[in-house]
Amino acid sequence: MLQILQKIFGVNSPTASKVVAKERLRLVLLHDRTSIPPHVLNSLKGDLITCISKYLDIDERNLDVSLTNTDDSVALVANIPILKVKQYL
Amino acid sequence: MGEVLVITSGKGGVGKTTTTANIGTGLAALGYKVVMVDTDIGLRNLDVVMGLENRIVYDIVDVISGNCNHKKALIKDKRQEELYLLPASQTRDKSAVTQEQMKELCQTLKNEFDYVLIDCPAGIEGGFKNAIAGADKAIVVTTPEVSAVRDADRIIGLLEANEIKNPKLIINRIRPDMVKRGDMMDIEDMIEILAIDLLGVVPEDEMIVVSTNKGEPAVMDKTSKAGQAYRNISLRITGEAVPLMHLESHTGIMSKLRKLIGF
Repeated sequence: MLQILQKIFGVNSPTASKVVAKERLRLVLLHDRTSIPPHVLNSLKGDLITCISKYLDIDERNLDVSLTNTDDSVALVANIPILKVKQYL
Repeated sequence: MGEVLVITSGKGGVGKTTTTANIGTGLAALGYKVVMVDTDIGLRNLDVVMGLENRIVYDIVDVISGNCNHKKALIKDKRQEELYLLPASQTRDKSAVTQEQMKELCQTLKNEFDYVLIDCPAGIEGGFKNAIAGADKAIVVTTPEVSAVRDADRIIGLLEANEIKNPKLIINRIRPDMVKRGDMMDIEDMIEILAIDLLGVVPEDEMIVVSTNKGEPAVMDKTSKAGQAYRNISLRITGEAVPLMHLESHTGIMSKLRKLIGF
C-alpha cells in the first residue's frame, strides 16, 4: 500500500533507481578516491621499511603493504614479519 | 587582465563543447571580450558548434609553433562583436602542444580578453593536462549519470592536485520528469556526492540539437530552456547572483496534493 502511495505521489522508494545509483556511486567513489598509484605505494613501502628498521629487524622480502577495500571503508594493511626486536638498555 | 576558465568533464559527450560555445556567446552578449580556445587537437568541434567551420585558416598549433601571430588565427564570430575562436588543429595530435606553450598562450590571450574559455578534450591524459595548464579556474560539466559523475569526481581531484582550487559544477541534460519519479539523481544528490559549488543546471532540451545543426548557440534563443540556463550561468560567471530557474513548467496536481498531506 505504501509503495503504491509512494508511486502515486512520486516519492522516492528505496528501490527508485536514483537511490541505487547514489549508493553505487558512493561506494565506487570511496574506492576511487583512496586508490594509490603503484609508484606512490612503493615509495610509501620504502619509507615504512626505513622507519620500522630503526626499531625492529624485519623481513623485507616478505613484507606486504596494500590497500584493502571493504564495503564502506578503506584501510592500509601492512603485514611486516619481525625477525628480531632490537634490544635497548 | 582577464580570466582563463577551462571547461572540462573527464567523460566525453556530456556537453563540454556545447557549454563552451554557449557560455562564450553568453558572455560576449553581455558585452565582454571573449575568446574560446578549442584544445581538442585532432578532434576539433567547437568550430562546427559555432558555425565557423568554413572560416578556419590557421589553428592553435600554427600559433604555438610560431607559424603565425595569434591575432591572425583568431576567427571572429558571426553574431557577437567581441567573440573570437581559436580552433584546434584537425591534422595533428595532442603531443603537438606542451603545457609550457599552453601557459604562454593563455597569458597572451588574457592580456587582451576579459574571458579566455578553454574547451578541454575528454580524458585525463596529455590533452587534459595541456588544457588546464594555463587555467585560473575550472568549470566541471557532468550529467546525472553514474559514469559521468564518477569521471567528474576524478577530474575534480586532478584539478585540485594541479592547484586549480574550487572548480564549479554544471549539471547538464537534467530531466525534471525523471528526477520527479526518482529515476534520475537530482541537484542535491549530485552536489552532496561531488562536494563542489554549483554554477548552474541545464535541462535536457531538443533545441540544443537544433541549434547545433544550425551552428547557432542556443543561448541566444529566448524560447529555449537550455538557452535560459546558459544565460543565467553566464551572468553568474560575471559575479551576479542569479537564482536557479524552475525546471518544471507547472506544478502538477499531485505535487500540490503531496504538499497537502505532507508526504
